[in-house]
Amino acid sequence: MAFQLDIVTPEKNIFSDTVDDVYLPGSEGEMGILTSHAALVAPLQPGSLRYLKDGKIEELAVGEGFVEVSEDKVSVLIDLAIGEDAIDEKDVEEAMQRAKDALDGVDTDHDEQMALQVIIAKSEAMLKLKRKGR
Amino acid sequence: MANLRDIRRRIKSVKSTAQITKAMELVAAAKMKKAQDQALAGRSYADKLNTVLVNLKENTDEESHPLLAKREGKKELMLVISTGRGLCGGLNANLFKKVLADSGEETDFTTSGKKLRQSLAKVGKNIVSDWEVADPVPFNDAKPIAKYLTDQFLSGEYDKISVAFNDFVSTLTQTPNVTQLLPIEAAGLAEKQDYEGVGKDEIGETDHEAAGADYEFEPSPEGVLDKLLPLYINFQVYQMLVEARASEHSARMVAMKAATDNAKGMIKDLTLEYNKARQAAITAELLEITTAMKAME
Repeated sequence: MAFQLDIVTPEKNIFSDTVDDVYLPGSEGEMGILTSHAALVAPLQPGSLRYLKDGKIEELAVGEGFVEVSEDKVSVLIDLAIGEDAIDEKDVEEAMQRAKDALDGVDTDHDEQMALQVIIAKSEAMLKLKRKGR
Repeated sequence: MANLRDIRRRIKSVKSTAQITKAMELVAAAKMKKAQDQALAGRSYADKLNTVLVNLKENTDEESHPLLAKREGKKELMLVISTGRGLCGGLNANLFKKVLADSGEETDFTTSGKKLRQSLAKVGKNIVSDWEVADPVPFNDAKPIAKYLTDQFLSGEYDKISVAFNDFVSTLTQTPNVTQLLPIEAAGLAEKQDYEGVGKDEIGETDHEAAGADYEFEPSPEGVLDKLLPLYINFQVYQMLVEARASEHSARMVAMKAATDNAKGMIKDLTLEYNKARQAAITAELLEITTAMKAME
């Protein structure tokens, strides 16, 4: 049985189609959603999102956001969702290094540190996906 | 009678003006398409976010979260989103009127866009900060603005945060709008689903639907609210920036099209006048020659 999956970022609709199942990086750990799941709202953390469509598993690196499940419809609202092809390994590495350097700096306050850690977590998620095949 | 050379010079200058406005029209049209797509894309995200939030609020204590709690104080901070450049018709002037009408004595301003910053400074308003936003609007540019506004609100510096921007309705219509951002209002949430002029009935339906689905919240409604509200504010600021940008490019394109059309009309009139003057000169010359011949006979 398939259900509707929508992946939306503020900038555009990434994905909208029926899938057989989806695995999401919830803030309390990874969760799998199959058809007829109870209505649910949960925050997501940076990590990898996998869904099964026509027997094929597709994987995306995702940022922060949340998931809403209702009546066989799953909506993922996220600030970043990117496939393997679109990831520029070098760019991501550089961004991660910059964030790490800034984190080592002395004059960052608590909020900034949190923001930097999110950037690092996102970069790690992207790199993990990119390097998976090797 | 107008001098021939003067008319020729004016035609030339109007022609080059028309060329410039035509070019600006084309540039604005290209940017407008992108900005409009961006504004429309954000709306589906907005709808989803609103449905979830409306539902979430029913499951939690109204006043429990500091971002939802109303305050007695009157001190207000208004984010005014105008354009960086002019030549976009009455866009900024209309917004300025709206801002002046909706702001009180105790309103401070933070601005994005040079035009209204200058206007507000001229009438002696207190401007506390200014923001640069790239074009097209990146989501990351909205984050620091949202964070700043949230901080100002939570620290107790201001009791209310609102945003003034031009809401994009269509290429020909943009309405100046002042919206309360913080504290987040339950009524406002339901209202904002009305982005594309959806009728009241449909709003009622969405509400009903949302209430019908009994959500589980993981880890807890309060935990989800904590995560969701900052996201919501980020997104609201982003969406307003995008709407304002779409309005700017639309208004500029329309204004430049009108300018180009006017210039073309002027060239036509001037050319007619030039030809008349030229003919008159020829007639006068012929007359002189004939008169001279007659005199010699």
